[in-house]
Amino acid sequence: MTTNIRYKSRIPIKSDETTEEKQYVGFATLPNQVHRKSVKKGFDFTLMVAGESGMGKSTLVNSLFLTDLYKDRKLLNSEERINQTVEIIKHTVDIEEKGVKLKLTIVDTPGFGDAVNNNECWKPITDYIDQQFEQYFRDESGLNRKNIQDNRVHCCLYFIPPFGHGLRPVDVEFMKALHEKVNVVPLIAKADCLTPNEIKKLKDRVREEIERFGIKVYQFPECDSDEDEEFKQLDKELKECCPLAVIGSNTVVETRGQRVRGRLYPWGIVEVENQSHCDFVKLRNMLIRSHMHDLKDVTCDVHYENYRAQCIQDMTSKLTQDNRMESPIPILPLSTPDVETDRLIKMKDEELARMQEMLNKMQQQIHDGKDQ
Amino acid sequence: LSGGVGVDRVPGLGHSGGGSTLLGYIGIDTIIEQMRKKTMKAGFDFNIMIVGHSGLGKSTLVNTLFKSQVSRWSSGWGGEHKIPKTVEIKAVSHVIEEGGVKMKLTVIDTPGFGDQINNENCWDPISKYINEQYEKFLKEEVNIARKKRIPDTRVHCCLYFISPTGHSLRQLDIEFMKHLSRVVNIIPVIAKSDTMTPDEKNEFKHRVRKELETYGIEYYPQNEFDDDMEDKNENDKIREAMPFAVVGSDKEYQVNGKRVLGRKTAWGVVEVENPNHCEFALLRDFLIRSHLQDLKEVTHNIHYETYRARRLNDNGGLHPISVNNTQESNL
Repeated sequence: MTTNIRYKSRIPIKSDETTEEKQYVGFATLPNQVHRKSVKKGFDFTLMVAGESGMGKSTLVNSLFLTDLYKDRKLLNSEERINQTVEIIKHTVDIEEKGVKLKLTIVDTPGFGDAVNNNECWKPITDYIDQQFEQYFRDESGLNRKNIQDNRVHCCLYFIPPFGHGLRPVDVEFMKALHEKVNVVPLIAKADCLTPNEIKKLKDRVREEIERFGIKVYQFPECDSDEDEEFKQLDKELKECCPLAVIGSNTVVETRGQRVRGRLYPWGIVEVENQSHCDFVKLRNMLIRSHMHDLKDVTCDVHYENYRAQCIQDMTSKLTQDNRMESPIPILPLSTPDVETDRLIKMKDEELARMQEMLNKMQQQIHDGKDQ
Repeated sequence: LSGGVGVDRVPGLGHSGGGSTLLGYIGIDTIIEQMRKKTMKAGFDFNIMIVGHSGLGKSTLVNTLFKSQVSRWSSGWGGEHKIPKTVEIKAVSHVIEEGGVKMKLTVIDTPGFGDQINNENCWDPISKYINEQYEKFLKEEVNIARKKRIPDTRVHCCLYFISPTGHSLRQLDIEFMKHLSRVVNIIPVIAKSDTMTPDEKNEFKHRVRKELETYGIEYYPQNEFDDDMEDKNENDKIREAMPFAVVGSDKEYQVNGKRVLGRKTAWGVVEVENPNHCEFALLRDFLIRSHLQDLKEVTHNIHYETYRARRLNDNGGLHPISVNNTQESNL
């Protein structure tokens, strides 16, 4: 289509055509070009799931992405779990739909909140997120930037148990430890054990507590004024429904002549995709169909930038303390690199040394500015 | 009866298993009726403790069990469910009456259990409370001028609520039950079981039972206290079916023309007393209709006696005290 238009503008235009067509350049097709390029390149998305064991996290992930990521998982019994610490486990899967490729990474956090003493059980998780930022920071400041792997966590689904009366101390502490590092989306898990009234009460309670404790959960962006009414309405409904109450299922049941994902109880059938049963459809639409890109943007523009600014600030404050030429980036243990990456690292280090000199100069300027 | 009554053996009539055969009706069996009348007049005490972290439906279940508002939330609750910083023990008593029988039911709630980030030793206040009740009873018993009927505040039964994760027992569950199953009758129940399908429920129950066995946790009815074969058979059946997966509710709905207690969702009504939906009816029958008295007896004859023996050994014998003196407790 692009080529046609370009070609068209070179053809001598008849005099009775409108002036608009004469002046048509053709860059209105840019979105299409971007679209085509991204489709070729593919997308990636990293989703973290956190919450106690038994909240239905794996089932929900399987339901969202219509996969069975956890097919060979063996559930630990309590004997094996006695000495378990919080682990970070990554599952990666490539999904393709209508020619669009998505590299989906699910970061699982088994062991979270399961012990008797859960003090700081979120530390391995915050460490992991920081590690990904640090890795990206290094890559970004390095030389070979064409193939940067973006492993930063774009969204963290936090599963709140439906059995409580609101947020528990561990929920509050976890979300506060993470809300400035990652987009936190709180969910009410296993919502099929609550009546509609109970869900409403719990949502109100959780919303109120989130505000009271100053937890900065992921905020949906405001609609542009030129969006159509339907989109605005959906957006409004989504905002009012938070936190979303979800149900997942690994089984297909037959109801009203159709086969749907659901759970079969003696008193009825819960359909995962039925909007009057739970908010699963809203979550899926939000996460995948409307806000995936925004989640990535906020991660890049807000959380990562905060990290980066903090990092650089730490670097400069360290320089005022001692003038040694060390690597300014706080080093966290990474996996052992091979020879090729070793060479790249050396090149990057030289680059960093040059950056450091620049920062020195900057700092000097700041000092001079202060003295005035 | 043998020897005391002086009845001559009548030829032709054989011996029955225990004593001699009687020639006339004496009326000894009316003693049962006399006992019944007395106990009815005196009334019963029953003390039930409910343990489990916040939000598992403990208060609702207790209200459903006794078909009255007996939990601590019933009397004019307008407040919030605030999680206390340490485990508190809150006992609320009500007198309920049925068929001429009065029962003073005390529900002992334990808010704060399992709700903190660090729950280490959160069972200590509970253990302390139980032992304090034994101590109180012991002091009364050992008194010179004893009351005719010692007020019984000992915990007869501890309902422990397991969270229906569907996976297995949590560490805290095991620690609690390990520490307390030797001190009090523990009845584990699976709370809010309407979150599991029948298959998930069975798998979960099976796993939980296996884990309890692995850790040597003897829940009530304990194997070792079965009196005879009849008891053993009955209790075996119950032990196999435990822990009961329950649902509680204090609201009624119309189902198939009947009014039932239940929970109404968009896809159906969970009927609390329907055995196909949950095992509430089994729990109620077990706890109240068949084993209520046994719970009290095991508490008195076994748990309390264990405590008493330990105290006497530790103290080198307790001295009987008069009403005016107080003896320090060595807890």
